[in-house]
Amino acid sequence: MIAETGLAALWLAAALAGLQFVLMMVALRSGTDVRRAMRSVALVQGVLTLIAFAALLTVFALSDMSVALVFENSSSAKPFIYKVAGAWGNHEGSMLMWVTILAVAGAFVALLAHRTSERTTVAALGAQAILALGFYAFLLIASNPFARLWPAPPDGQGLNPLLQDPGLAFHPPTLYLGYVGLSVAFSFAVGALLTGEVDSRLARAMRPWVLGAWVLLTLGITAGSYWAYYELGWGGYWFWDPVENASLMPWLAATALLHSINVLAARGALKAWTMMLAVIAFSMSMVGTFLVRSGILTSVHAFAIDPERGTFLLALLAIYVGAAFILFAIRAPALKEGAPFELVSRETGLVVNNLILSVVLGIVFVGTLYPLFVEAVSGEKISVGAPYFDAVAGPLALLLAMLVGIGPLLAWRRERRPVLKRLQIPALLGITVLAITIILWRDMHILPRLGLTVAAYLAAASILPLTGRNPLRAPLATWGMVVAHFGIAVALVGMAANAAFSSETLAVAQPGEILTVGPWSVQLASVTPTAGKNWTAVEAELRASDGPRLVTLEPESRYYPNPPTETNESAIRTFWNGQLYTVVGKQDQNGGWQLRLWWKPFVTLIWAGGALIAIGGALALLGRLWRLVWRRRPRAEEWRQERYA
Amino acid sequence: MSRALRFAPFALLVLIIGALVWRLSTPTDTNVHSTLEGKPVPAFSLAPILPNKPALDSSDLATGQPHLLNIFASWCIPCVTEVKVLQTLKAHGVAVEGIAVRDRPGDLSEFLARNGDPYERIGSDPQSQVQISLGSSGVPESFVVDGKGVIRYQQIGPIDRADVPMILAKLEQAR
Repeated sequence: MIAETGLAALWLAAALAGLQFVLMMVALRSGTDVRRAMRSVALVQGVLTLIAFAALLTVFALSDMSVALVFENSSSAKPFIYKVAGAWGNHEGSMLMWVTILAVAGAFVALLAHRTSERTTVAALGAQAILALGFYAFLLIASNPFARLWPAPPDGQGLNPLLQDPGLAFHPPTLYLGYVGLSVAFSFAVGALLTGEVDSRLARAMRPWVLGAWVLLTLGITAGSYWAYYELGWGGYWFWDPVENASLMPWLAATALLHSINVLAARGALKAWTMMLAVIAFSMSMVGTFLVRSGILTSVHAFAIDPERGTFLLALLAIYVGAAFILFAIRAPALKEGAPFELVSRETGLVVNNLILSVVLGIVFVGTLYPLFVEAVSGEKISVGAPYFDAVAGPLALLLAMLVGIGPLLAWRRERRPVLKRLQIPALLGITVLAITIILWRDMHILPRLGLTVAAYLAAASILPLTGRNPLRAPLATWGMVVAHFGIAVALVGMAANAAFSSETLAVAQPGEILTVGPWSVQLASVTPTAGKNWTAVEAELRASDGPRLVTLEPESRYYPNPPTETNESAIRTFWNGQLYTVVGKQDQNGGWQLRLWWKPFVTLIWAGGALIAIGGALALLGRLWRLVWRRRPRAEEWRQERYA
Repeated sequence: MSRALRFAPFALLVLIIGALVWRLSTPTDTNVHSTLEGKPVPAFSLAPILPNKPALDSSDLATGQPHLLNIFASWCIPCVTEVKVLQTLKAHGVAVEGIAVRDRPGDLSEFLARNGDPYERIGSDPQSQVQISLGSSGVPESFVVDGKGVIRYQQIGPIDRADVPMILAKLEQAR
């Protein structure tokens, strides 16, 4: 009964999305005021999808094995939190989560969008409805999450044990919220292109969604990277794998959009470009979903793959993005460019930022799809990996990090002050670090060396926007920018230190044997069998010491019977100056155990930096929302800017 | 903005979607093709592992008749199901030769007693040296070897029931 309620709610929600689209057509053709009707429709649609999603959570929580999806992805022996998380740890459930978030976001747009003109809001909600309709069709036709099994089997098949991890329980919701934020930006862009009202008011309405999406994508990528690092037991944080690239591409586009939207909001310029980016950012999230779900590219991250679903997603992608691109081609000439700016100005800085980010996006996109095209042309199978991406995207990323230090110091429209003078201290810091690395580590690779240099410079330069004024009176958005830019420097230090100073030991050790890795000597004290709720394992006890510090680590090699899977639970110990990372593998015939040990100086800074970047975004979002909620009436300066635009 | 430039994103999208549609509609060949196909079996001479089973020498494969060379081990779980399929092949008149990798006589005779024994000969490869020289990275793997001792086909992973007609056809071609 619960499952049927969910299904009924889903059908009703789909019908309302259809109605919402019809309302938009009526409003755009005849100019009828449909805003109030639209608002109620969007609201009810959001509530209905919430009911459907709650129904799915309930059948998973109750382990109702008569629902096919529960049987395939759960088992009654699972810990409760993973039973619930199992609801979205699969294709159907995750698609339902996606439409739920989409519809709830639509309801919020209807409630909150009082900044844009009425026509644009209505058009954006219509675009949002047609987006949602495609995914309702996908769910109801090709992947019904509520399908029943009769007779009901006694127990389920279980969830992939790699996914039985609190991090991964929250990973998909984070990413989906991010993607949906981008879909709202997309809908606003389509709506504004339809009505022709691309202005700074639109940018200010879009901005919180883009910021929110960007914060969540940043968190998602950072958490996903840390998950791969400790769960897969390879000791790496980024592999340039297609699935990782799929998450990086929307982030790169969103980062570019985040910056160009500020130009549109403040100066009314870069109209066509910003609209294009909004379309591209969302298409990249769809491309990402398609690449992951269709299994079209070979990836180390194994997902349940179904070519039919891939076709459906590709059709949706072609329709939505194709329509948006055609709309853009028709409407772009009608967009009047806003206020002009001089060569040395904040606008130019942001244009350069956008150019570099777009090129990096292009590099990642081409690198990810290149194997596909090579195979299409020559039939040859190749894979593109870290050597290409590091060599091509690495230097550009460093160049961008250099410019990040300068851009925020520039004034809008034109800069007459000697800005480079303010960068003296940061530049000096950078040069000092460069000199130190040359003296101490002669054979260090060029990228980590430059990485440390740029990081030192940027760490100092990123704080400059807060100097020369009372930092406490600086807007929250400025604080957010400073924190995020500082986070880039922090992450850069982590990446460079990891690349330059990591040490690795792979060995077979007998109990009692002592191995060394970096400054640490590690003794394999004992190996004992152990068991958890739904797994058995062998657990190694490692005693590690670098002189003053003595620690015990207990990595495990786990075996899950349902479904049969082996995983390595690495044991990681974090110190202020790095991480000791240990993995235990199989036993060889002489009774020795495979051990993999890494000493990774300052590696945690990578994720700390990612977290800082996200916190910066969250601060900026708070600042913007505060103004949205508490100061609905535009301030005098905004009035001036709008009239100027 | 010129007209061509305005439609460039759309044109690019059509191109990419086209490539993706092509990719989805053409099934990928997920088989790994051996580079040893068409080359003679590297020379080896393996010791016997069971008293009642003759040992295996690379010259035993160049007898004028095709052979199926199977790399297996008693400790290998997929081999348990595969060995039954090998018996079906034997019933079709296929000469199956075995290389037991990192195995012990007691374990092996127990494995054969429990699951059946399709092998004409079994050579013992305690350090995986022959396995490596054959370019095999795991167990089970199988090679179709023609009468002149030339490798015609390498199967990576177990031969299952569905593969039987294919393997028989490969052996027929190698005749």
